[in-house]
Amino acid sequence: MANAIEATDLVKTFKGGVRALEGVSLNVEEGTVFGLLGPNGAGKTTAVRILTTILRPDSGSARVLGHDVVHEAAAVRSCIGLAGQYAAVDENLTGRENIRMIGQLTHLTRKAATARADELLERFELTDAANRPLKTYSGGMRRRLDLATALVDRPPVLFLDEPTTGLDPYSRVAMWGVIEELAAAGSTVLLTTQYLEEADRLADRLVVVDHGRVIAEGTSEELKASLGATVLDLNMGDDVRAKQALDVLTGRWPREPVLAGTTVELQLDGGARTVTEALGLLDEADLIPTTLAMREPSLDDVFLALTGHGAEAEEKEAVT
Amino acid sequence: MSTVAIAGQFDAAAQRAKTTPWRAVLDALVIMERILIGYTRIPEAVFFSSVQPIMFVLLFRYVFGGAIHVTDIPGGYVNFLMPGIFVQTVCFGSVQTSIGLAEDLQKGIIERFRSLPMARSAVLAGRTLADLVRNVLVVAIITGVGYAVGFRIHSVPGFFAGVALLLLFAYCLSWGFAVIGLSAPNSETAQVMAFPVLFPLTFAAGTFVPVSSMPGWLQGFATYQPVSETVAAARALMVGGPAEAADHVVWMLGWCVGLLVVLEPLAVRRYRTRT
Repeated sequence: MANAIEATDLVKTFKGGVRALEGVSLNVEEGTVFGLLGPNGAGKTTAVRILTTILRPDSGSARVLGHDVVHEAAAVRSCIGLAGQYAAVDENLTGRENIRMIGQLTHLTRKAATARADELLERFELTDAANRPLKTYSGGMRRRLDLATALVDRPPVLFLDEPTTGLDPYSRVAMWGVIEELAAAGSTVLLTTQYLEEADRLADRLVVVDHGRVIAEGTSEELKASLGATVLDLNMGDDVRAKQALDVLTGRWPREPVLAGTTVELQLDGGARTVTEALGLLDEADLIPTTLAMREPSLDDVFLALTGHGAEAEEKEAVT
Repeated sequence: MSTVAIAGQFDAAAQRAKTTPWRAVLDALVIMERILIGYTRIPEAVFFSSVQPIMFVLLFRYVFGGAIHVTDIPGGYVNFLMPGIFVQTVCFGSVQTSIGLAEDLQKGIIERFRSLPMARSAVLAGRTLADLVRNVLVVAIITGVGYAVGFRIHSVPGFFAGVALLLLFAYCLSWGFAVIGLSAPNSETAQVMAFPVLFPLTFAAGTFVPVSSMPGWLQGFATYQPVSETVAAARALMVGGPAEAADHVVWMLGWCVGLLVVLEPLAVRRYRTRT
């Protein structure tokens, strides 16, 4: 399948020498959801602003549906929709007026824009609030309206810049549902997020960016696999038994078990066989675990391993 | 139905209005409508923006007016004052252009506009057009107040010609305030930045007192600067008097062309480069 978005070596430096992007390349296949994952200040928003023609890159190039974002900006603009983390809508206008205005500016006729506004308001459960100024909307409602506005002319490519940042858990799950629906309907979605869970759930492929560079790329499964295998957590109930279990299990597999409190963590390179062996050895030594659990490494583990500073590092996003 | 509602085939082309050379004008009108609707949603702001000029009318008519002597204007000081008040009001109103643009930048809505296939000029043109419409309304209100305190026009066509000139001037000036708005870090600062430009322009002028009463070193500036020329042209057209309207109209139109030629490209450039 063709690529809907192609970016090659994007570099952007802001006034004052802030290097927002230091050579970012990415390819997004048509009809897929692509995650751009990274902490605040990683350069995610800058990348989105370049791809949506708001900013020009210092060097490098990018194409959206084959149109160059610098030289064919007008063509790019007529096939994209953008919903930002700042919910860029007009406070004084009502929900309906906001969607209609953007519809008219994407050159729908006034009549078509009005009809489309009603359709979207209904879909996003904003019909009751349609004639109220945005000032009276909650954060979640604003975000929904912002997204509805981005969909007004049914753009084939969507850019969602941190669509769930600051939302309550209920609104977040509702937003995920909408994004999944868009993907199912064949839209190409580029999504930025600081939430590993979100990228894990929504994105077909993702890149991890940090300090303006891509530091990992793949499906979330691949990224997790690159970190390691499934982990078996054996909770022994107390420190003494945990220490004994560790001794019993040490020296038998390529990856040594590690102790975390009363739990022994064992990486299962050998799959289910390792589980059987480990439990057999513990049984012989009369060391029966109180509980046991198997888990996949989380994207949080991936992030920590890749960046060395976890996903929650607070840094101000470069905005001028 | 929900999937159909949010995405589906790219069928917008069928619904799109035809692309014509009028596109930029239509886009500007959409932006203008947006801003005017905004004004109706904060009636307090509109109310207080007309209270200030009413206060100026009353202040100069009844408090300072008695101490200011004009001899050559038919109808006396109130007729001298009112054209000045009109011009001062529309000039002060231009600050709204700065504040509004700075606010739009701050709130990120201009970012969204940049990502749309709309005319680049529409954000600025729509804003200045909206402020022009607001000025028409404010001038109408002030005319009513002026009439209540004794302002009498010389001729109706003259009055409307005067109004047209001062609206044109305000429109040209608002491009300058657009530059300020696009240069300010936020809307509060935009307002503070606008006033040092506005005060000398509106007060060191023949707006409220005759220029002849000012010290010699100031008279040169106060006579020929754009606000004074606009006031003088409007005054001659609206209430008559010894001044030759034609001279001032020519000067004033010259200023308008000058302001527009310099400020419009400057504003558009600031808009393009501001990120």
